[in-house]
Amino acid sequence: MSRPIKVLLAKPGLDGHDQGAKIVARALMDAGMEVIYTGLRQTPEAVASMSLQEDVDVISLSSMAGSHLPFCRTLKPLLEANGLTDKLWLIGGNLPKQDHQALRDLGFTGIFPTGARLDDIVAFIREQVK
Amino acid sequence: MNKPEKTAGVAPEASKVLNESGIEVKPLYTAADVEASGGYSMVGLPGEYPFTRGIHRLMYRKQPWTMRQYAGFGNPRDTNKRFKYLIANGQTGLNVAFDLPTQIGLDSDDPLAVGEVGRVGMSIDTLRDFEIAFDGIDLEKITVSLTVNGSAAILIAMYLAMAEKRGYDVKKLRGTAQNDILKEYVGRGTWIFPVAPSVRLVGDTIEYCAAHAPKYSPVSVCGYHIRESGATPVQEMAYAFSIAKAYADEVLRRGLSVDEFAGRLSYNFNIFGNIFEQVAKFRAGRGLWAKIMKEQYNAQQPGSMWLRMIAGGGGGGLTFEQPENNIVRGAYYALISALSGAQTMALCSYDEAYTIPTEYSARISLRTMQILADEMGLTETVDPLAGSFYVETMTNQMRAEMVKEMAATDAAGGIVKLISEGRVQARVSAQAYQHQRDLESGKFPKIGVNRQRMEEEEEHPVEFHPYNEEDARTQVANLDRTKAERDAAATANALRRVAADAAAGVNLMPAIVEAVKAYASVGEITKEMVQVFGRFNEPIRF
Repeated sequence: MSRPIKVLLAKPGLDGHDQGAKIVARALMDAGMEVIYTGLRQTPEAVASMSLQEDVDVISLSSMAGSHLPFCRTLKPLLEANGLTDKLWLIGGNLPKQDHQALRDLGFTGIFPTGARLDDIVAFIREQVK
Repeated sequence: MNKPEKTAGVAPEASKVLNESGIEVKPLYTAADVEASGGYSMVGLPGEYPFTRGIHRLMYRKQPWTMRQYAGFGNPRDTNKRFKYLIANGQTGLNVAFDLPTQIGLDSDDPLAVGEVGRVGMSIDTLRDFEIAFDGIDLEKITVSLTVNGSAAILIAMYLAMAEKRGYDVKKLRGTAQNDILKEYVGRGTWIFPVAPSVRLVGDTIEYCAAHAPKYSPVSVCGYHIRESGATPVQEMAYAFSIAKAYADEVLRRGLSVDEFAGRLSYNFNIFGNIFEQVAKFRAGRGLWAKIMKEQYNAQQPGSMWLRMIAGGGGGGLTFEQPENNIVRGAYYALISALSGAQTMALCSYDEAYTIPTEYSARISLRTMQILADEMGLTETVDPLAGSFYVETMTNQMRAEMVKEMAATDAAGGIVKLISEGRVQARVSAQAYQHQRDLESGKFPKIGVNRQRMEEEEEHPVEFHPYNEEDARTQVANLDRTKAERDAAATANALRRVAADAAAGVNLMPAIVEAVKAYASVGEITKEMVQVFGRFNEPIRF
């Protein structure tokens, strides 16, 4: 039997709005995934090192306060340096449409802005992580 | 796909309806329901104990609610401009938004602040920034509310120092700081220190203001963010009261009498949801708080029993989908606030699920409140829903539920323990998860989300607030200049005193006031306190 899909769910930067992150964490757990929720105020370095140590399949961020692009720009080379490019990178939260392409270009395959449905997030992860 | 749920035409008795607080809502209420729920004993008259109908006799007839839109972004100069715009448009109070570094005690040049300076609020490093932000604003005419918690002691000190420097008598200065750290651990998340020293700091600000700035409200206890995090309306009030009691107990332990400080405690509550449940919530809460202060704390002054509140916001009820609908929701939420006897009102703007409101959307919110006050008759008669069988019954029932919630909190070890262990957080986030599931299944109706949904959302008339990296660089340059210009020895001495007083366990406010007057920065003062207090370690509990 294969192990359950393992997800790191991080709150990047200084943003304290964690209600959405916790809701998604519960949805993924309900769907049988193993979730490591980091809590607030994670630096890019912390996200990269936890992803490596925990050997996760999915690296996901929840950003509500607008600093997603500067954070992801710093995070991308750290994930690459740690050999984590084969993992699924996800981001959700308050992500204006005009930033979606930039996030995709940074390697975030899954983009789930406000209004995204929990079942769609679960389905996307199941489909992408084989 | 729309999934229209048929409710019209169904015999009401056929389906049991519960409000968000879990109380059954009947199709019809009569005098018998009021009697069965406890009668009219807690109703009374406005301005008289138990103040269910309002804390003042004439309420809005004498003075309409204060209109206080939340505002702040970029550097202090940008924010000063927005303040003046809002005041020019008839706003009667200011509600200051700070950026995240300021809120958690980091300077603009801190490596952790990169990309965050001035983003969600105004950036403040030193007293110099406060001088710029409030330049030209009459602090006697316009009361200022500071939305800050983790670093509140420092920002209160800066506000008082700025006012004093401009020649105001601090003894007469009015204003409010949010300064409710316990709710930050549940929602909002701008904590810095562990729970015990944080509660001590709240106590320090209350004790200091009681002696030095007796008209200033040093704490606004927030049910608001706990509700946003998933609490029901009953839990919102009950948790807020338990938290307020924890602060009151902290101050009483220092030997103050309740009437020396309780009159300056204030509240911040949310307004989204069912109109009647919300109005009942506020009426119930007002009576309950008065009863708690009188019976449990032996308060003698009526002011000590008053539930003074900003009732506003409503962000949790607004939607990302079809954002223009939020203008309509905002108008109903404002109506709730006016029907509930709020002292102060603020509304989330229709674009707030996307971005910092534009001048245009902030003005619509302001006009919404002005229309209610000037055109709709909301200021003419006090507590107009009193005597409604429905509202009086619901008021009684909600008060009883709040009492039960508070008793359960006490039985489980008290609010400070529950929050320290992450148990309140786990409870409300489980409820938030269920609510999200109910929204997605359509069980909880929401227009534009699970009803009347548009497959293709139109291009929304939402203008994104720009983030200017240059502003952040300017802010850092200003901080460097202030540091170069200040009396370095005085700053260093003041910072040493902060550390010494933190360790000694005496009231920290005098040392913090001295430090801000010596132009010590938010980050420098916070660092001294962290040396002594350490940092909060967030409990992760599901």
